[in-house]
Amino acid sequence: MESAKGKVYKYGDNVDTDVIIPARYLNSSDPAELATHCMEDIDKDFVKKVQKGDIIVARKNFGCGSSREHAPIAIKASGVSCVIAETFARIFYRNSINIGLPIIECKEASEEIADGDEVEVDFESGLIEDLTTGKSYEGQSFPPFMQKLIDAGGLVNYINEEH
Amino acid sequence: MGMTMSEKILAKHAGLETVKAGDLIEANLDMVLGNDITTPVAIDVTKNMKKDGVFDKDKIALVMDHFVPNKDIKSAEHCKYVREYAKENNITNFFDVGEMGIEHALLPEKGLVVAGNLVIGADSHTCTYGALGAFSTGVGSTDMAAGMKTGKAWFKVPSAIKFVLKGKPAPFISGKDIILHIIGEIGVDGALYQSMEFTGDGIAYLSMDDRFTISNMAIEAGGKNGIFPVDEKTIEYMKEHSTKEYEVFEADPDAEYTRTIEIDLSTLRPTVSFPHLPSNTKTVDEAGDVEIDQVVIGSCTNGRISDMKIAADILKGHKVKKGLRVIVIPATQAVYLEAMEKGYLKTFIEAGAVVSTPTCGPCLGGYMGILASKERCVSTTNRNFVGRMGATDSEIYLASPAVAAASAITGKITDPATI
Ligand code: SF4
Repeated sequence: MESAKGKVYKYGDNVDTDVIIPARYLNSSDPAELATHCMEDIDKDFVKKVQKGDIIVARKNFGCGSSREHAPIAIKASGVSCVIAETFARIFYRNSINIGLPIIECKEASEEIADGDEVEVDFESGLIEDLTTGKSYEGQSFPPFMQKLIDAGGLVNYINEEH
Repeated sequence: MGMTMSEKILAKHAGLETVKAGDLIEANLDMVLGNDITTPVAIDVTKNMKKDGVFDKDKIALVMDHFVPNKDIKSAEHCKYVREYAKENNITNFFDVGEMGIEHALLPEKGLVVAGNLVIGADSHTCTYGALGAFSTGVGSTDMAAGMKTGKAWFKVPSAIKFVLKGKPAPFISGKDIILHIIGEIGVDGALYQSMEFTGDGIAYLSMDDRFTISNMAIEAGGKNGIFPVDEKTIEYMKEHSTKEYEVFEADPDAEYTRTIEIDLSTLRPTVSFPHLPSNTKTVDEAGDVEIDQVVIGSCTNGRISDMKIAADILKGHKVKKGLRVIVIPATQAVYLEAMEKGYLKTFIEAGAVVSTPTCGPCLGGYMGILASKERCVSTTNRNFVGRMGATDSEIYLASPAVAAASAITGKITDPATI
């Protein structure tokens, strides 16, 4: 995937993995089933509204809490094409790269983009464009090693290529 | 430029002379951990990898702890899946009901992690083993799968914050109060992507159990790991629990830290995290009248023997407040047995509490103590996020076992010194 375009769902600071996918659903590891409960405890209507390609924008420390990979898996399986935040919690960041969910850190975009805006993201350049307001932002691009992981399509392919 | 303790351990395992913050390295692992929630996902991932088997059957620990004894059919299927995988791959350290305990209490107790080790676990509280002078950090299931196959993981070398713990802790101040105080000071992302390195003369006063509690909650400040220097107490603990060879690493005097934070342990007060973030702390003196419905004493943060002891000491001769549910969960079979032999379990039951077999259970809202709408719980666990223990409008107050036990008697958040 080189770019993403979709409607924005906007959230605040410290969106934790318990609201992204509550533990009561962790007796399943099926992505499609997890997706039906994505964001349930913070935004009950999210799964009803979200369309393929839509984008989550949040503020600081997105994905804090547990190491459950079920969190980025649920977001990816719900159709979300990209998550933009000021910062990500480190395990969530790592997991997203490992499973191939595009995430971008950008302070200004995280502050200014509003709920419902139409946004386009170019992963190669890190350019984030808010089509509703006409503003554009420069997101942080990945260090070369992580870019290699992403280009390989995640950690599994990377390891398969090496061994 | 000198290196921090974390940098030295990472350098050694990457086969490098030196590393510095920001370097991306690939390093050899001493232990790869997973539980009944994260391992099934990891096993699925390994099926897409070309390499056969596992890198080392002795260096993988699979602990069935979150939903066991199984709470429903789906969890039972997950455990079965892991059990079969463990058998197929001859995994030495597979812990099922009867042998299990909550993973982060169990691994040190079984001597599976020692000073100088590099450990990843598909569980965020894997940072607990920093108490032993190891570098350990939580990862996801894909990292776990790669770790089980290759014995390696990629790391971005973290920068570090130095926490200088000074003086003798005031009465009733435990590791839990210290770490809650720290998180209250720096916030839930105060150590994001960073290593938390603890030093100072105050450490000598802290038991290994206190140190495990502190390292355990490093992740609650966003930290990658939380590490303690190795002293006589660490060595004594390792001698008692492990036959593995350990290696002591010390931070260089000129190691670089992004900041240094000093904490005078003698001035701390018992501390409670109010809903819905661990950083939302108040001292017991500021807590006001918070009436509660439930108390949970247990988890990988505070389910060890000294936690059972202090709770029993406070509850002895008292009754749980009428209408309050008090659930005590020893973290491992060994803790359970010792608590039984020392009479703590009897004290709990006589007081009107219930005692559960080891499990994560209510800590993550699994089972064994789920909260209904608007209910409040004082809990010795580590997270008080929205809905963590049940209904999204229930409330969790994080505290030490001493505060939890005192609150069990009065039915509201209580300073243990007043009992
Ligand atoms: S006790 Fe709680 S925090 Fe610890 S491993 Fe279990 S669920 Fe996680």
